[in-house]
Amino acid sequence: MTTGKVKGIIANLVTVAVDGPVAQNEICYISVGETKLMAEVIKVIGDNVYAQVFESTRGLKVGNAVEFTGHMLEVTLGPGLLSRNYDGLQNDLDKLTGVFLKRGEYNFPLDQEKKWEFKPIAKVGDKVEAASWLGEVDENHQPHKIMVPFVFEGSYTVKTIKAAGQYTINEVIAVLTDAEGKDHEVTMVQKWPVKKAILAYREKPRPFKLLETGVRTIDTANPLCEGGTGFIPGPFGTGKTVLQHAISKQAEADIVIIAACGERANEVVETFTEFPELDDPHTGRKLMERTIIIANTSNMPVASREASVYTSMTIAEYYRSMGLRVLLMADSTSRWAQALREMSNRLEELPGQDAFPMDLSAIIGAFYARAGYVYLNNGATGSVTFLGTVSPAGGNLKEPVTEGTKKVARCFYALEQARADRKRYPAVNPIDSYSKYVEYPEFEEYISGLIDKEWLPMVNDMKTYLQRGKEIQEQINILGDDGVPVDYHEEFWKAEVIDFVILQQDAFDKIDAVCPLERQQYMLRLVMDICKHDYDFDNFLDVIDYFKRIINLCKQMNYCEFHSAEFEDYRKKLDELLSEKQL
Amino acid sequence: MATKAFQKIYTQITAITKATCSLKAEGVGNDELATVNGKLAQVVKIIGDNVTLQVFQGTEGIPTNAEVVFLGKSPSLKVSDQLAGRFFNAYGDPIDGGPQIEGKEVEIGGPSVNPVRRKQPSELIATGIAGIDLNNTLVSGQKIPFFADPDQPYNQVMANVALRAEADKIILGGMGLTNDDYLYFKNVFSNAGVLDHIVSFVNTTENPPVERLLIPDMALTAAEYFAVEKHEKVLVLLTDMTLYADALAIVSNRMDQIPSKDSMPGSLYSDLAKIYEKAVQFPETIGGGSITIIAVTTLSGGDITHAIPDNTGYITEGQLYLRRDSEIGKVIVDPFRSLSRLKQLVAGKKTREDHPQVMNAAVRLYADAANAKTKKENGFDLTNYDERCLEFARDYSREILAIDVNINTTEMLDVAWQLFGKYFKPEEVNIKAALVEKYWPKA
Repeated sequence: MTTGKVKGIIANLVTVAVDGPVAQNEICYISVGETKLMAEVIKVIGDNVYAQVFESTRGLKVGNAVEFTGHMLEVTLGPGLLSRNYDGLQNDLDKLTGVFLKRGEYNFPLDQEKKWEFKPIAKVGDKVEAASWLGEVDENHQPHKIMVPFVFEGSYTVKTIKAAGQYTINEVIAVLTDAEGKDHEVTMVQKWPVKKAILAYREKPRPFKLLETGVRTIDTANPLCEGGTGFIPGPFGTGKTVLQHAISKQAEADIVIIAACGERANEVVETFTEFPELDDPHTGRKLMERTIIIANTSNMPVASREASVYTSMTIAEYYRSMGLRVLLMADSTSRWAQALREMSNRLEELPGQDAFPMDLSAIIGAFYARAGYVYLNNGATGSVTFLGTVSPAGGNLKEPVTEGTKKVARCFYALEQARADRKRYPAVNPIDSYSKYVEYPEFEEYISGLIDKEWLPMVNDMKTYLQRGKEIQEQINILGDDGVPVDYHEEFWKAEVIDFVILQQDAFDKIDAVCPLERQQYMLRLVMDICKHDYDFDNFLDVIDYFKRIINLCKQMNYCEFHSAEFEDYRKKLDELLSEKQL
Repeated sequence: MATKAFQKIYTQITAITKATCSLKAEGVGNDELATVNGKLAQVVKIIGDNVTLQVFQGTEGIPTNAEVVFLGKSPSLKVSDQLAGRFFNAYGDPIDGGPQIEGKEVEIGGPSVNPVRRKQPSELIATGIAGIDLNNTLVSGQKIPFFADPDQPYNQVMANVALRAEADKIILGGMGLTNDDYLYFKNVFSNAGVLDHIVSFVNTTENPPVERLLIPDMALTAAEYFAVEKHEKVLVLLTDMTLYADALAIVSNRMDQIPSKDSMPGSLYSDLAKIYEKAVQFPETIGGGSITIIAVTTLSGGDITHAIPDNTGYITEGQLYLRRDSEIGKVIVDPFRSLSRLKQLVAGKKTREDHPQVMNAAVRLYADAANAKTKKENGFDLTNYDERCLEFARDYSREILAIDVNINTTEMLDVAWQLFGKYFKPEEVNIKAALVEKYWPKA
């Protein structure tokens, strides 16, 4: 293996003189006394190798020894990843000793003692290739497939495979013979470099299946697709995190991966505390059982913040290869971009806008491209849905990270300060936000089958009412309440009904927090029916008063169990109220 | 600092800028301290045998033949119980004429707490200021700044908080304090007889700006000692973090780094996060100590989109704004823009059950009063409800919000109910029927 000596140090950028070949992005370890610090090669000029160190470089000296490993930053993949808390380099945080993080302390991310109940899928003589399913273990009630390692190239024949039984992850469960007749042993663990996408699938069609999140402003107004991508930009204090938590709790996914990337530690602690307590609405078990948290909070080393998003994505792709639906949430991608900026700055690269690296939008694009809905080689399907938050500096959406993301993410949920200030949560602006998926004919066909053909036109009508309501509000603001016809007030309040009943949702109310699709249909039909009618009013004060009562009744319905006696009671009251004034 | 025997002395400086100097030296560690003609400096860059030192006091008068001695250690602080009641400079040396501290020497700017070893904050910190306790309750382990204009009395408010908060230790980190403010803090603490649980690290405007960079780390190293080893509830006050960030910008500029937004270094977010994230609540198994940070970020012209307040807002758990209420002529904590993100962890749980509802109702009525005021200023007629809101707002400001009022949360709630009863009918206040039943003042 290649070795080297430290030549220069600027913060966490270290120059190393090497005695042999090194690869871009290769991992090396730099010695400081007894400890070895992990670092990644990010630039090579002649014999000088520039490495970013994933830890503090305090006390590092010129002349210290460096060992290269011959591989890029890898994650370890195998059963036992679920319900763990890792840092950006996949160290199991619970296994680390001490209150404080010690630099140079790394550990193995999986349990090597535990015996898993293995069931073979492949048979002796089967032709297999990378990512073919050899067997299955039960990991927290998820069918965790044991696959041919992704690094295997070409086709193989199964020579032996273990019978059903209990094995640890390091036991050989199969022997595969390659085309040249050479045998390869396979265990339940494999490694994969995080910066490379796992491409072991047959086809990646455009996403078309609705991913139900139980959040009305998403599912109804701007739906997210299974395998789709979306992003949530918003100034601080607009409820990004609450929205993201709501989605991660409720979305219809088999596996949820949360990448806490450069955000507040107390927020991660909230997830640590809450998830093991929360019931999974889909299985009735604990939410934590199907969750993996990659925590690299803002005070943890910057370079591993960058690694953390890749680590999360690679784990997501691994589970997708098993035919599972994975939801990956990253909060926040801006912090990742800032980590890139810090490094680019130390490398003295010519800066792009706001001192971000020139290739920022290409990096963001390549990362979002790893999400997707796929047909695996065996015909099964799997998906990685990616939702990232962006923290735009000063709340200004014209900044490089937001713009770079906007080019690649297909759904855009614009959190708005003004809505947040008025406590209209989720503070997603219904007019600026969009979902490109509603324009896909595949999605239209799917949703028409799932609900009916009238659904998308009805959603479109809803948006038209909202748009109209906004325009009228501006006129009222200029001309005054008396300055516009009574009809205008009626139009405006219809938009308010939509806002209060459909768009706003109480994430802290037990019932309102999750709104299943069936219920969303019911409420949208109800609200649109209210909007489509004409009413009999003499003056605008009556309009305001009347519609406030409508809103109140509809909101009470949102707080009741669907179709409960109480719910139907409010519905009856609402119908009576409507018949008073409807023409 | 005294030179030890047999230490190698370098006398050939190759380059000098306003904040740094470079020389050829060997066996030097990154972040290591050195003295340059007696002035303290720190290694910031090593390229081969070329070492760049950041000289904290500035390089004025440093000759090319200055004596440079490397100290073989990073900046550190001696911690022990002797810290209590003392004033120190940015290097941790006493400035109150007292003796040097004896204790364990700890490197400052140490590692972060493993997130799985943290506990979700859940202990209330009472300050007696209603704008905080009632509307934006603080929780131990929280980090929250005042976003203040330079002319607002934020240091007085901080001093008030320090005196009233029920913390075991209070650590003051003063960066670019005017000498007047430094003496103010010193007098207030001495007069209140609370010096024994206060530790201060002070850099005044008379000291070189780059020295400020050491202050937060010094203060937080002391805080970690008391929170981790003594299991104490520690409150850290940092004023003014804008001047700290300005010092960061100066240094990065001198080191030819490319500035990002508002001429701030690209690493501003990480630099600030490293400080603020030291706020922590430890679980009982680790002693149950905590570090809470209240900071001041001065704004220029109230602009919160500037890189310093903007990055701060993304890191901290809320922010507090001060405002002069023209109706009563007193400073209040602005109930509209201020936000404590952790308040729901304690409001109504560690305080009386009606707290969240009373808080929201009062702020809503206060907002109605603000609308009524606008209406009045625009020459529109006020309804009877508007008039009552205005009167309520005046009383609410004077009897609860003003920062010179010092009552506990239960008293605040009682006063709020009295005011509701005085001006409104229960249906106008929109509070859960069961609570109205229990707390509405009986005629």
